Amino acid sequence: MLIHSIFFYFFSVIAIFSSLMVITSRNTVNSVFFLILDFISVGCLFIMVGAEFLGMIILIVYVGAVAVLFLFVVMMLNVAEQKQSWFIGKKSTHIPTGLIVSVLILLELLVVVGGWKYKDNVMSSSTLEYSNISNTHQLGLVMYTDYILYFQMAGIILLLSMIGAILLTFRQRKGVKKQSYFNQISRNPSSSIELKEVETNKGVKIDD
Amino acid sequence: MIEIGLGHYLSLGAIIFFLGVIGIFLNRKNVIVILMSIELILLAVNINLISFSIFSGDIVGQIFTMLILTVAAAEAAIGLAIIVIYYRNKGSIRVEDIHGMKG
Repeated sequence: MLIHSIFFYFFSVIAIFSSLMVITSRNTVNSVFFLILDFISVGCLFIMVGAEFLGMIILIVYVGAVAVLFLFVVMMLNVAEQKQSWFIGKKSTHIPTGLIVSVLILLELLVVVGGWKYKDNVMSSSTLEYSNISNTHQLGLVMYTDYILYFQMAGIILLLSMIGAILLTFRQRKGVKKQSYFNQISRNPSSSIELKEVETNKGVKIDD
Repeated sequence: MIEIGLGHYLSLGAIIFFLGVIGIFLNRKNVIVILMSIELILLAVNINLISFSIFSGDIVGQIFTMLILTVAAAEAAIGLAIIVIYYRNKGSIRVEDIHGMKG
């Protein structure tokens, strides 16, 4: 139990520190790196608490795909130094308002959710009761039977987002010479060969 | 203090959620950091769902975490694609320059 609490405090301090650095660091590239650190430490927390499959999914999907996508976009758009100082410049009222709103949200969450206690005689649900099979096995037993509709809807969402991202960023450049197989195959000698009578000492002019 | 219970995990989720909300207000100039703050908020929601799932012995919470993860990945892809085409058209992604619809 001591080991558990030591690891919990270790990873949660890293997670909180790195999410603080995500929102305050000057350079957007540093923000992305701290976001990666945050995802990794939260994934380690998930693995530690017993949700191994989702911890690994966090490591693969978030760190391997989403954060690298952010990194690519930041480096591609050359906006790394575009952040400005927050309090210098013209007087803005959105930062105190935002701070008030966020602190209120934090206090409400800490009071209501953080002090959560179960009833003494709470009944455990039935899905996790056989504990001799692994977490992934349990997840698969429930996900592919009772929640198959949600699983397929998630797949459709991913497909739609892939199509949308490709369609948004697809661009046809003008003035680029491309090979058209259809035109190449469908031409015939009568339309592509022209016989010319060449006069002496005059030559022939092509391509007009 | 030494015994790690549900409240510790929920407090961690609350703090990360709070930092994500603050990040949206603090970095109003940079739309990429706003997207990263939204990722932080979704991560806090995932922490809450997984800790409830583990401590109440019900695996449905982990399934909903997978669905949230799917939606977060789709949202990041679409949002970054919109940012890329906006940068290609206008040459800047500063938030205060985005007022083409006069909203």
